[in-house]
Amino acid sequence: MVRILIPSGALGLGYDPEALKRGIANRPDLIAIDGGSTDSGPSYLGRGVSKYARSSTKVEWAGLMDAARRAGCPLVIGTAGTCGSGSAVDWLLDITREVLAETGNSAKIAVLKSDQTPDAIAKAFAAGQVTPLPAAPEIDAALIESCTNIVALAGVEQISEALATGADIVIAGRTTDTAIIAALPIDRGVDAGLAWHAAKIGECGALCATNPQSGVLQVDFEGDAFVLTPLAEGAHATPHTVSAHMLYENSDPYLLYEPGGVLDVTDAVYTALGGTRVSVTGSKWVPSETYAVKLEGARISGFQTIVMALLRDKRYVANAAIWADDIVAKCTAKVLARTGAKADDFSIEIRLIGQNATLGALEARVGDPVEIGALGLVTAKTQALSGEVGKLLNPYLLHHPLTRDEEQPTFAFPFSPAEIDRGPIYEFCLNHVLRLDDPMAAFSLEVVDG
Amino acid sequence: MAELGTIVEKVRSKNAGPFWLTVDIFCGSPEAYVRVRDGLKSFDVARVLDTPLQTLKRFDIEDLRVVKLSLPRPAVQGTREDRDMHGAALAALVAEIDIS
Repeated sequence: MVRILIPSGALGLGYDPEALKRGIANRPDLIAIDGGSTDSGPSYLGRGVSKYARSSTKVEWAGLMDAARRAGCPLVIGTAGTCGSGSAVDWLLDITREVLAETGNSAKIAVLKSDQTPDAIAKAFAAGQVTPLPAAPEIDAALIESCTNIVALAGVEQISEALATGADIVIAGRTTDTAIIAALPIDRGVDAGLAWHAAKIGECGALCATNPQSGVLQVDFEGDAFVLTPLAEGAHATPHTVSAHMLYENSDPYLLYEPGGVLDVTDAVYTALGGTRVSVTGSKWVPSETYAVKLEGARISGFQTIVMALLRDKRYVANAAIWADDIVAKCTAKVLARTGAKADDFSIEIRLIGQNATLGALEARVGDPVEIGALGLVTAKTQALSGEVGKLLNPYLLHHPLTRDEEQPTFAFPFSPAEIDRGPIYEFCLNHVLRLDDPMAAFSLEVVDG
Repeated sequence: MAELGTIVEKVRSKNAGPFWLTVDIFCGSPEAYVRVRDGLKSFDVARVLDTPLQTLKRFDIEDLRVVKLSLPRPAVQGTREDRDMHGAALAALVAEIDIS
């Protein structure tokens, strides 16, 4: 039997300490937690930083380090620091050492890094080893070279290597959400289909059960089945909650592509055990002919300045779109006339909050709002130009009249200065896989004492 | 005719990675599932999300009483054009489709 304890869907989201205690008492073989995702946007990978507060991460991570010590098992985190870049791994390593020093403990730490140099990826691209996934953007060498961070998603092979060092703690860079859970069972001889399927269901902790906020989930592999047990008081896993989790953030509910193959759950059977637990059989793993890992890359796509004004006057609320379009046209002309910038050096957009700011042109509903927030978004090739355009936009958002003849209106600015420099904005620019002859070729593994 | 959102338990949309969006319609009862499966036209979903019909993947999952639709994101997550970082608000457009 192999038993994995999953404290929550991500470090930083919190976990139920009582449920975690139950999990420790059940003597797991491994505690596995995910540290990140692309879900919060490209800025984190672009800058190589964590989304979660250091203080919160430290408290939760210290709790898991303590749990692993009590359980006498290793602790592994994948995609450390939200984006899994080398800098984010180092950030968590630093926190780990701080916790060890403060608690008077020591540990053997395996550090797995997933960073790729743009140069190496450009060469691999030229050699035909980088291929697009569905809906991938067009790329070329120059675009690859412009990435501020590129990471490859580690799979079970790389996590297994890290676990094989005998480390007490594994801090991994970008990893598939599932690999940290699937690696140990596969090493111990569990069928790969079961291991990957359990990992996909368990990757968000107790999100596959009722009371999803409780976090803590136990996964047991026994014979030809895996069994899911949510550990929080009153939490239940049912065949419905478990199988429904295959839908979650997954474009295909039956297939999950992972490094080295694809998980197929078409024939999986979900059976209730005593009302709170679920047993699963019948998942299949189909190995691929070549071994490939997914790449993620982010690069700076511009610099932004935002300006916000609030419209409360009924007539302006009713005519906000006309007002905003007129401002964009007049302000754009003024920027071209006064700054020397060319048309493709910048853009000005005004989103009307209360009207269609969420959905833009896709919005079909028409309402009658009390007020409208006019969110001016200036994007430019440099922060200096963006800030300059923001200052040119400011007087329009404060005073622009609907008609020439009326008295000059003044709108509500919620703060001063009204324009805010947002700094660089990033974009994800890779949705590709990198073919590897040796799974470790794109990853580095180091064991350090802490 | 009724708005889809009024006859099902929940319509959820989420990113499936930065480049894809997935919409899960949890129908609840078997009757609601059949009504959605037969009454919701993929063409209408493609129209409200302004995506070519041929890029839309659809799964009618009877066991879960779920209709799932996946498509390339209307704007890639986090680009200047993107308005909804987690893709969660786009569910409203599907929930507001009228079905017979």
